[in-house]
Amino acid sequence: MATNNQGRPSQPGAAQALDLPTISGATISGDRGLDHEEPLLFELGRAGQCGVDLPDVTISDDRLGGQRRKGPIGLPGLSEPEIVRHYVRLSRMNYAIDAGLYPLGSCTMKHNPRLNEKLARLPGFGDLHPLAPASASQGALALISELMSWLTTLTGMPAVAMSPKAGAHGELCGLLAIRAAVAARGELRHRVLVPESAHGTNPATAAFAGFTVDEVKATPEGRVDLADLKAKLGPDVAAFMLTNPNTCGLFEGEVIAMAELVHEAGAYFYCDGANYNAIAGRVRPGDLGIDAMHINLHKTFSTPHGGGGPGAGPVVLSARLAAFAPLPLLVHDENGFRLVEELEGVPAGAKPFGRMSAFHGQMGMFVRALAYMLSHGRDGIRQASEDAVLSANYVLASLKDVMSAPFEGPCMHEALFDDTWLAGSGVTTLDFAKAMIDEGYHPMTMYFPLVVHGAMLIEPTESESKESVDNFIHVLRVMAEEVKAGKKDRFEGAPRLAPRRRLDETAASRKPVLKWKAE
Amino acid sequence: MSETRYTDQHEWISLEGDEATVGITRFATEQLGDVVFVDVPEVGKSFAKGAEAAVVESVKAASEVYAPVAGTVTAGNYALGDDPSLVNADPEGAGWFFKLRLANKAEFEALMTKEQYQEFATGH
Amino acid sequence: MRYLPLSPADRGAMLAKIGAPDVDALFADVPLSAQRPVTGFDLPDHQGELEVERALARLADRNVAAGSVPSFCGAGAYKHYVPAAVDHLIQRSEFLTSYTPYQPEISQGTLQVLFEFQTQVAMLTGMEVANASLYDGSTATAEAVLMAQRITKRPKAILSGGLHLHYVETVETVANLHGVTKRALVTPGTEEDLDSLIDEQTACVVVQSPDVFGLLRNIKRLAEVVHTKGALLIVVVTEVVSLGLLESPGAQGADIVVAEGQSLGNGLNFGGPYVGLFATREKYVRQMPGRLCGQTVDSLGRRGFVLTLSTREQHIRRDKATSNICTNSGLCALAFTIHLSLLGEEGFTRLAALNHAKAVTLANRLAAVKGVSLVTSSFFNEFTIRLSKPAADVVETLAAKGILGGVPASRLSPSDRDLRDLLIVAATETNTDEDIEAFAAALEEVL
Repeated sequence: MATNNQGRPSQPGAAQALDLPTISGATISGDRGLDHEEPLLFELGRAGQCGVDLPDVTISDDRLGGQRRKGPIGLPGLSEPEIVRHYVRLSRMNYAIDAGLYPLGSCTMKHNPRLNEKLARLPGFGDLHPLAPASASQGALALISELMSWLTTLTGMPAVAMSPKAGAHGELCGLLAIRAAVAARGELRHRVLVPESAHGTNPATAAFAGFTVDEVKATPEGRVDLADLKAKLGPDVAAFMLTNPNTCGLFEGEVIAMAELVHEAGAYFYCDGANYNAIAGRVRPGDLGIDAMHINLHKTFSTPHGGGGPGAGPVVLSARLAAFAPLPLLVHDENGFRLVEELEGVPAGAKPFGRMSAFHGQMGMFVRALAYMLSHGRDGIRQASEDAVLSANYVLASLKDVMSAPFEGPCMHEALFDDTWLAGSGVTTLDFAKAMIDEGYHPMTMYFPLVVHGAMLIEPTESESKESVDNFIHVLRVMAEEVKAGKKDRFEGAPRLAPRRRLDETAASRKPVLKWKAE
Repeated sequence: MSETRYTDQHEWISLEGDEATVGITRFATEQLGDVVFVDVPEVGKSFAKGAEAAVVESVKAASEVYAPVAGTVTAGNYALGDDPSLVNADPEGAGWFFKLRLANKAEFEALMTKEQYQEFATGH
Repeated sequence: MRYLPLSPADRGAMLAKIGAPDVDALFADVPLSAQRPVTGFDLPDHQGELEVERALARLADRNVAAGSVPSFCGAGAYKHYVPAAVDHLIQRSEFLTSYTPYQPEISQGTLQVLFEFQTQVAMLTGMEVANASLYDGSTATAEAVLMAQRITKRPKAILSGGLHLHYVETVETVANLHGVTKRALVTPGTEEDLDSLIDEQTACVVVQSPDVFGLLRNIKRLAEVVHTKGALLIVVVTEVVSLGLLESPGAQGADIVVAEGQSLGNGLNFGGPYVGLFATREKYVRQMPGRLCGQTVDSLGRRGFVLTLSTREQHIRRDKATSNICTNSGLCALAFTIHLSLLGEEGFTRLAALNHAKAVTLANRLAAVKGVSLVTSSFFNEFTIRLSKPAADVVETLAAKGILGGVPASRLSPSDRDLRDLLIVAATETNTDEDIEAFAAALEEVL
């Protein structure tokens, strides 16, 4: 079928030739049942229409110093019902955790409780100015303090920096604290060691923070090669960055030995807390010898992912690093809580390395995370971790005979498969994952971690019922059997039933079209 | 009469007089997939042997292209800016990256011949 | 536990399939010495919704919401009215509970929104390309400086004295890792001499307009000077509504424009989450940090959208990435885009005019108060006044009278004695004439 760029039939009569719309056939409108095509805002709007009613003010004595805009901006005008329909239609082209199992390994797509949304919108939080006087924000500062207390108690670390705005920002915060601590000791340490299985943010952050990056090898069992770590440690190493549980979904059982090696070499031990959700409420990273760890509140503590943010990445710090936490610092004295915003006036011993952002962190996420913690309690947080690990192991046990698992279990909160089982079938990891879309599932994480060929990383999370996980396993089993039966047609070019077929990423990169232009 | 040599980084270098043309091999383009962008160096830049001279990107990967020999850039294939697909279509012809004036011809002589490279690439 | 669907029987059946005697066996790789019983955490057990709501509402009640009193706080975060449709739409599950659009076939909603967002940001800033958002205005400013250092291969960033001090510190934290920063000194309400600081080592000049004291800066002239020295001009906008009334930074010669987008669609949220806008010239697109959405077609030739130019990013370039940024500020960008869509050209320009009109009224009224003098001559919706008493004390006294009377300049830099008597005040469409009168009357009592 020939289509124009809005997905509608280019020949209006084409669909009329059909007796009835069929699964594969065209419709007159170009829409199909509940699936609506939707133009861009700029193609819908027109001059003179508006979705708000505001008075038209004439300013006789403007104070704009001659800088008043001369030409129009070019924004389209639409009424409220048109805007609402536009975005509702767009929303329906998205997969979401609320609509189905979202097994995206290392991303932790768990349920987002609606209570948390409600509480974050209380005017006392949502409508509170960041620079309101301390007397007008005692409740907000108390909330931050309480969240800090939960985070330090759960992790067994004495301090926490709250201002990082996402996981990668937290990593940067941790490495800058390490940099400051190294400098305070009068040492020059320019190297950071990162396992080869690490997430791309780890080396990117280390380079961003001014370090050179060296990779540490993995063992055939998917863990850090302790001998290689030992060989690469030296007086020029500032830090070792480890994800634990690691990116293969495995717990690094030698973590305490690693911490000892790192500390003996005079370096600091950074832990990427992306997978902390497997061990929260059971293991305190502080007991493992960790010096700094960011906590993705949008993973472990379920603040919504929002289509790619906002996140929040507070960093817990050991006693060796606590003094270097960035500004602002939250202090409590006889007048209640207040924020210390600059070096002058910091508590004795504090040596903040600088500032991560204009204000004091992702307050909206703090409210949601604390609501999650209070709702779950210590028993619920532990149970959530256990259920996440149980579900992942259940998936691993149920599929490892038809797919191939590179490492022996037990796994932590995610089950890793490779593409050995696809060898010779003509079906790739990508094809298999895209075919899951036709079955109503979001694909698992693919081709990560890089240390496993054709990796498929499945994280069911604790939010799925057994029935839901059983259905998922059943679908994947049948699909795997179809691969083995040589039915590769359904995999090639999948998905077929999604709002779009595979998209041409090469064309997108070669001739980038990054905004709408009037034709 | 030009003479062509190859590097273990999958670059080819073709010498005519004291000017050499550099690009990446067909084997390299097959590994990369569809090339979407090439960062071609400016004329007049000098590189030591092995220095990062260009960057070639596909949708999912980015690779540095190293100067196979020391020299100064005399020309860049800026047509790749408009049409990076030339690299896939004709990697060892119209898809060239840049030309260098050689600093030391011995460096060129030390690189792999076509036969040596073919053996290297297939064994890799 | 209401959020956990597995029953004890389910767990038993799953363990049986796994072949593990109990769940502890699944944690066999974890050193026993590091495992704690649940009682090893000095924290409360789970609670019902009612109890949790009660506990947090109690904390919320101890804060003074901007909408509950006459409020004139700005300095990087602004109280605006957000139409009800915005919050309804962003809470749709398909937007709220989806991940970064890595699977474009089932993420066209998020992707098309990002494409619309990028287009809107490019229009407002007068630039050719914009990314899919960064964390906030301050981190976007830091990223812009790093980008300028990469493009020019020069180390030095000159930071205007009118740049929000917390932005300055955010920039310094990262820009000094790869280069150097130089703070220019300014007398509030005036433009400092930046020209003489620019040399052949200068990568960029960073100027905020309206600046932190509310002053509208002469961007056009500065751009010419910066460009003759081969450096880039970064323009920072902390109040994005100003772009409805003012000439765009792009039209005045900016090379990179960054902005805090909170004012549109997003609440004050005590400082976050916000949304950083980032726009530049097309020729610099491959040096730009953050996610980008691009238009393409699917295998049937239908228009669709994908994340593109991802080779700049951390998951491919690793230690050679342009930035370590992983997420954008997706949901806040969505709120921004929906709010701006509702406003449209007419609504947005009216909103901006209304803000300016309120600020002019406020400035005229406050200037008539004894002990107040106006520091900022040309401004948008925010300006600075000098008081006859220390501003921080005045603000606390006003707060006790139920008025949030702006941000003392000393709040941003407590040790700077020159700022002690300066008060930064903002007026928006949310301020009524009664609010303005109440503020002025209270100030008359206090001074």
